[in-house]
Amino acid sequence: MDIFLQQLLNALSLGGTYALLALGLAVVFSIIGLINFAHGELMTTAGYVMAFALAAALPFPLAIILAVAAPVLLAVVMERVAFRPVRGASGTTLLLTSFAVSAILRVLFQNFISARPVPVPMPAALSGVINIGPLHLGIIQSISIATTALMLAGLTLFLNRTVAGRAMRAAAEDFAIVRLMGLRANGVVATAFAISGLLAGVAGLLWVAQRGSVDPLMGFLPVLKAFIAAIIGGLGSLTGAVAGGFLLGFIEVMLQAWLPEAWLPYRDAVAIMLVIAVLLFRPQGLLARKTVLKL
Amino acid sequence: MTSPAPLLDVSGLTVSYGAVEAVRGIDLTVAKGEIVTLLGANGAGKSSTLNALVGLAPRRARRLAFSGQDIAHLPTEMIVRGGMTLVPEGRRIFPTLTVAEHLLLGGAKHAGRGPLAETRAEMLALFPILNERLDQKAGSLSGGEQQMLSIARALMSSPDILLLDEPSLGLAPQIVDRIFALVSDLRSRGLTILLVEQNVALALEIADRGYVLVNGRIEISGSAADLMASAEIRDAYLGA
Repeated sequence: MDIFLQQLLNALSLGGTYALLALGLAVVFSIIGLINFAHGELMTTAGYVMAFALAAALPFPLAIILAVAAPVLLAVVMERVAFRPVRGASGTTLLLTSFAVSAILRVLFQNFISARPVPVPMPAALSGVINIGPLHLGIIQSISIATTALMLAGLTLFLNRTVAGRAMRAAAEDFAIVRLMGLRANGVVATAFAISGLLAGVAGLLWVAQRGSVDPLMGFLPVLKAFIAAIIGGLGSLTGAVAGGFLLGFIEVMLQAWLPEAWLPYRDAVAIMLVIAVLLFRPQGLLARKTVLKL
Repeated sequence: MTSPAPLLDVSGLTVSYGAVEAVRGIDLTVAKGEIVTLLGANGAGKSSTLNALVGLAPRRARRLAFSGQDIAHLPTEMIVRGGMTLVPEGRRIFPTLTVAEHLLLGGAKHAGRGPLAETRAEMLALFPILNERLDQKAGSLSGGEQQMLSIARALMSSPDILLLDEPSLGLAPQIVDRIFALVSDLRSRGLTILLVEQNVALALEIADRGYVLVNGRIEISGSAADLMASAEIRDAYLGA
């Protein structure tokens, strides 16, 4: 039982990071029908900014603020430069554009920073472990769980209590009609990208804090996982993305803990098989809703 | 006629989706305070015309002026802020947003809480049923209530002219009567209305003038009384 609880904490921590990333993908997809594969590079950007800010001996809180602000800014610039010109184009065009943005950023990271991992010297105080009875909870892990909870609560408040947030929910249902309210389409889309950048930045910091380094490919795998999570949840559904993220984290952690040793190399394959099983029974995802995409 | 410049002045309006021309160079005007109706069969280009006027459909025109201002290149949001809005066909409410949220977003152009609260109070007086449903999700409303919400949401932007696309679609006759009574009432309060409607008899009853679209062109136009008396209209639309 204790082992199960321990694994549950691990699952919450990993699943929470997937949930933040999946949410970032879903926020943008729900509004303009774009799956932004450059989301991973937003995450990586947060890691690099953190690494350089700490290397420059900036105070830790300032480093965090810069590391989260940079991907927000980059996401907004990305939308303005790369995605706005193709807005309303076919899903394939949007997808290819996002692959291109992702590839360009990765090459820039490799050529102008380094192809090798850059260390991110997190403060030693973060590497401790809290013991609650028989449970060992890493400090970074608990920060990760708490941050996820805080981000989800904050986003819920934003979406339900502010005009901009309600406009985003409305845009996810019917973008053209939001424009009929006199709300600027570009503003709504830019807000969605800023939020996705914020979520990617926070997820990137949590990721880097656990690994201690950042490299050009860092964002690729977690965002692929987040994409899977968003699909399990029902692409375009925000609650679904969060549920899918936690479910995928849970599956991975539990497989890691209980698969026979000989099977461990195939952990991801088994996880994906379980995902396929979920989709066989609910092809539209766990919490799918109809998406109206009209511009 | 020596009327002043019309509120809406359109000439040579063409709407094409790729190779398909839905509207082929039509001229139409709407004067302040008028109810003008756009009639025609399914696919004649009525909805395309309304969508094009607010910039939601691809459009070309020799002249596209609203309140004397050229709006041919303005995006939808600026046209709405300028005082022309559309109640779209099929109502197009946001199913998961509450009634109150629809009114809030509809009034997004109002700066400051004062004018917003004032317009909202006006809407709730006009549509008392919405007052009872404020915190309900719009998807759970009946068809008639959704149509009223769609109209109220559009009116929240305090327009000078309201474009109404098939407000009677799919509604029970007594609800349709209430909505048409409301449209007349709105006109008596000074609102100008351009109405697209399948129910030709009903539309001509409240309209001052009408245009008949056939295959994207205006074939007949005139006062509502003349159209009602026209043999062509009677044969084609009124089934009399």
